[in-house]
Amino acid sequence: MTASVNARLFDLERESLRDLNAALHRIGPQATGHWRVLNPKGRHSVAVGLDANVTVEIEGHVGYYCAGMNKSATIIVHGNAGVGVAENMMSGMVHVKGDASQSAGATANGGLLVIDGSAAARCGISLKGADIVVKGSIGHMSAFMAQAGMLAVLGDTGEALGDSIYEARLFVRGKVGSLGSDCVEKKMRDQHRGALHALLKTAGVAGDVDVSDFRRYGSARQLYHFHVDNASAY
Amino acid sequence: MCGIVGLFLKDPKLEPALGALLAGMLFPLSERGPDSTGFAVYGNSRDGHSKLTLRGPVGTDFGALAAQITNRLGDVVPVVRRDTHAVVSVPNGQVNEARKILSTIAPEITIVGTGRRMELYKEVGLPSEVANRFELAGMAGTHAIGHTRMATESAVTIDGAHPYSTAPDQCLVHNGSLSNHNSVRRELIRDGITFSTENDTEVAAGYLTWRLRHGMDLNTALQATLKDLDGFYTFVVGTESGFGVLRDPIACKPAVMVETESYVAFGTEYRALVDLPDVEHGRVFEPEPAKVYFWELRH
Repeated sequence: MTASVNARLFDLERESLRDLNAALHRIGPQATGHWRVLNPKGRHSVAVGLDANVTVEIEGHVGYYCAGMNKSATIIVHGNAGVGVAENMMSGMVHVKGDASQSAGATANGGLLVIDGSAAARCGISLKGADIVVKGSIGHMSAFMAQAGMLAVLGDTGEALGDSIYEARLFVRGKVGSLGSDCVEKKMRDQHRGALHALLKTAGVAGDVDVSDFRRYGSARQLYHFHVDNASAY
Repeated sequence: MCGIVGLFLKDPKLEPALGALLAGMLFPLSERGPDSTGFAVYGNSRDGHSKLTLRGPVGTDFGALAAQITNRLGDVVPVVRRDTHAVVSVPNGQVNEARKILSTIAPEITIVGTGRRMELYKEVGLPSEVANRFELAGMAGTHAIGHTRMATESAVTIDGAHPYSTAPDQCLVHNGSLSNHNSVRRELIRDGITFSTENDTEVAAGYLTWRLRHGMDLNTALQATLKDLDGFYTFVVGTESGFGVLRDPIACKPAVMVETESYVAFGTEYRALVDLPDVEHGRVFEPEPAKVYFWELRH
């Protein structure tokens, strides 16, 4: 626990979740500061819809959609996160110290999601520009229809990685269960190694892993352009 | 929706608290399943005897019923009444006879489950109401499973409430929906499995019963469901000596587990697990898709 002397404490056993989110919304985009949330106990929608340059530390496991729609804020979960952590994040940073369930970072537009443990299925599904770093492994159908942004996985992936992917960039250090439709391995050039290194550095793991251990995957671009040979299929 | 839970105790010291712990797991899942609630508890057994969990209309005189069975069987049949349900204990060799007697003297009675150790209760209503009516918090045992239902594919009736039991000491709760249950049900009926409802989950229970009857162990039987049952499912299964978990390969339905030195628990959401003793020091993990998890009693 990284307790801050001046942190504002919010105990969810004594105050309601709705009050917490309302208080975090009221402070306004110019606010800074440090909040600590106690006893999340798997509650859903903890610290959602933030738009302020604050740090929120959550001491325990959270339920669904924690840090959803996050803008500017840094949200740290000292525990596991349920379905859809940092869903549709716009900017800022979400750091899960444990594991994350399905659909971590789904549709996220911007910002950085770091998961110290593993993420389950559909990690980064429909990713729209955010970056995700998973220190463990990820489940099946991850980066499905991912449009933009980077996903770096230090461990392995499940099946059908990057199915129907658009222009998101995937980097995997371990084993890929299988590639989804239209997702292919691509050559790792200096520019990719550079981009990956920068991402890993932001996530605080650049010193722990070697970027040349990663493979790069992305779209073969055969699926999302209209192809005249497929005309009869429509 | 729907919520399912399972609790398997490794530490016998917790056994008197099994029902109270299970009740604490069911309540937080009220929002996921406010329509009906059910649970199966694996408690004590009596040598050479089986338990029949009976369900009758409100006001059923279970004491008088047990006295009539006693008269016919010639052996004293103890009865424990809990609201609309009652558990009677009969010698193993007389289970079928007791069924026949019941269908003659009290056709309005349903036998919800049988087994050496399993007792099964289910009713329409919120988890808190149903648990209180059956005094779940006072029940003891080694393991238990439970369900809170949000009806989607059939009506809000007791027939649609889980757990489903299709063989002695076997039962199953389900989060999800099966798409090929009608065809599987037809095949199972041909092979001698009986069903009492049109519900998809009962087919999953019947399928496992059928596999076990043909000599598979529960682990292999659960593996086989991956091939034969189509649809969305997270299953939690209870047997006399164990407790199993299986999610379909797509894993649409949420699931979380915690294991400590004293117990293994399953919940649809982590909220169901937060009041378990020492849960904050347990290993919390999400069961992987298409992987069979199983725990058996050692003590």
